[in-house]
Amino acid sequence: MDVIPAWFKDLYETTGLNFTVFYDPYDWNRYVDGVRMTVVLTVSTILASLLIGAVGALLQGAPSRIVRGAINGFVVLFRNTPPLVQIFFFYFGIGAILPAGQDQFGLRQPFIDNVDWAIIALSLFAGAFNVEIFRSGIEAVPKTTVEAAEALGYTRLKAYVYVILPLALRVCLPALNNNLVNLLKTTTLAYAIAVPETLYAVKQIWSESQNVFEMMLVLFVTYGILVGILVWIMHRWEKSLHIPGYGR
Amino acid sequence: MRRSMIALLLAGVLAPFAAQAADGVDAIKQRGTLIVGVKADYKPFGFRDPSGAVVGIEPDLAADVAKRLGVKLELVPVVSSNRIEFLQQGKVDMLIATMSDKPERRKVVQAIDPPYYSDFVNVLLPKKAGVKDWSELKGKPLCATSGAWYNKEIAQKYGVEIVAFDGSEKPLFALKQGNCVGYVYDQTFVQGKLLDAEWSGDYEMPLKGVLDAPWIMAVALGNDTLQKFLEDTTKDWMKTGFIVAEEKKYGIEPTDYSKGMHEKMKSATN
Repeated sequence: MDVIPAWFKDLYETTGLNFTVFYDPYDWNRYVDGVRMTVVLTVSTILASLLIGAVGALLQGAPSRIVRGAINGFVVLFRNTPPLVQIFFFYFGIGAILPAGQDQFGLRQPFIDNVDWAIIALSLFAGAFNVEIFRSGIEAVPKTTVEAAEALGYTRLKAYVYVILPLALRVCLPALNNNLVNLLKTTTLAYAIAVPETLYAVKQIWSESQNVFEMMLVLFVTYGILVGILVWIMHRWEKSLHIPGYGR
Repeated sequence: MRRSMIALLLAGVLAPFAAQAADGVDAIKQRGTLIVGVKADYKPFGFRDPSGAVVGIEPDLAADVAKRLGVKLELVPVVSSNRIEFLQQGKVDMLIATMSDKPERRKVVQAIDPPYYSDFVNVLLPKKAGVKDWSELKGKPLCATSGAWYNKEIAQKYGVEIVAFDGSEKPLFALKQGNCVGYVYDQTFVQGKLLDAEWSGDYEMPLKGVLDAPWIMAVALGNDTLQKFLEDTTKDWMKTGFIVAEEKKYGIEPTDYSKGMHEKMKSATN
């Protein structure tokens, strides 16, 4: 089991390439924890943003003008501002004015920590895009199909959940795919509020060991693999949802 | 024919680098400007005055170097996590940016000896927390600045959880918000913060400083002339007591190191 650390130590001594993560257990643990945190952020923000997208797209067609306006306002606000600014705004801005509890010393103790804020901010950011992506799918569902569902006695909500959304999802999956890949990569911004995800861990390591180039390589390969896994899952999903003859 | 052209091309590409490394001081004099990387968020060593200009002990030191060279001074604000890259990429001629002396750093930049300063690591803590010893911080989140060399050592030695941000404003803000129990940073910086009424009311520095480390100026590897010039300048600062005077000017307690070096060099003849 010591072959790998020994090899990387030897590599450092002979070539100067210093991959500390592969021989220093402390750095390795930080890196693995970082990857784990990236996965947690990705999975939770994907699920939350899909929910926001689906609900938002439904409400975009709501009879109430106020609801429609609110959804459009949300989309414009979160799509037109940079995600890093949003993260800072939530963590440093809103976090500071929300009520907070007290710890054993009587010091301020926020209820929502940096990881929660990162998940909230990123979900809303990606959710705004998902609303529009789902809308594009809904608009592609033939009017006649919706009418047929109504004729069968479906309520508006039931028709949306059982007929429109499943068909719309098939159409918008490629676009959704892109957005979710983007979301995975955007989780790196959480480093700015000290969420210990992969970029944060790697940045700590390279500023201590001065091995920027080597850690950059590790970073690229890590995200290459993570995105590869996500794309593979999405393609499997696309395939399994495929209806022969539909959507051509 | 083709080979000689490639050689010529290569020579053309490489020449500027060779020239820069060979005569650093001359190049700066020719340019008429000395470009120095300093901190802009590190009171009193480098911070912005109300007009936005970068001032402090290190900008003063940089200005003195420029004066000795007879050139104008350009200050480039850097942070801990990018300063070495700035120097390596030639964006700055030299660094005076609260950089501690570490073997890994000496491998990638040319350190200037003797170190111009030396400082401990300490923690800015809320008075309410009532912490009296490092051991009480075990398992607690401590705000920190990413890129500080001691983050890892503090985490390993005292079992604290480091929550690191870029720069020093964000960790301070996070501390105020209660996202961590204290802010671990250079002792002089903590002292500098406690000069502000904003912090001196509710915060304190009750712990004993640890991990005493010298601070080095740095130039790019191979810049021998600038290295030599700065080494002489540093010795002269110690001899004249310039650094001790600067500490007093900005209201911090002169460190044992700067007092000691002044005493030692004062009587030196060179």
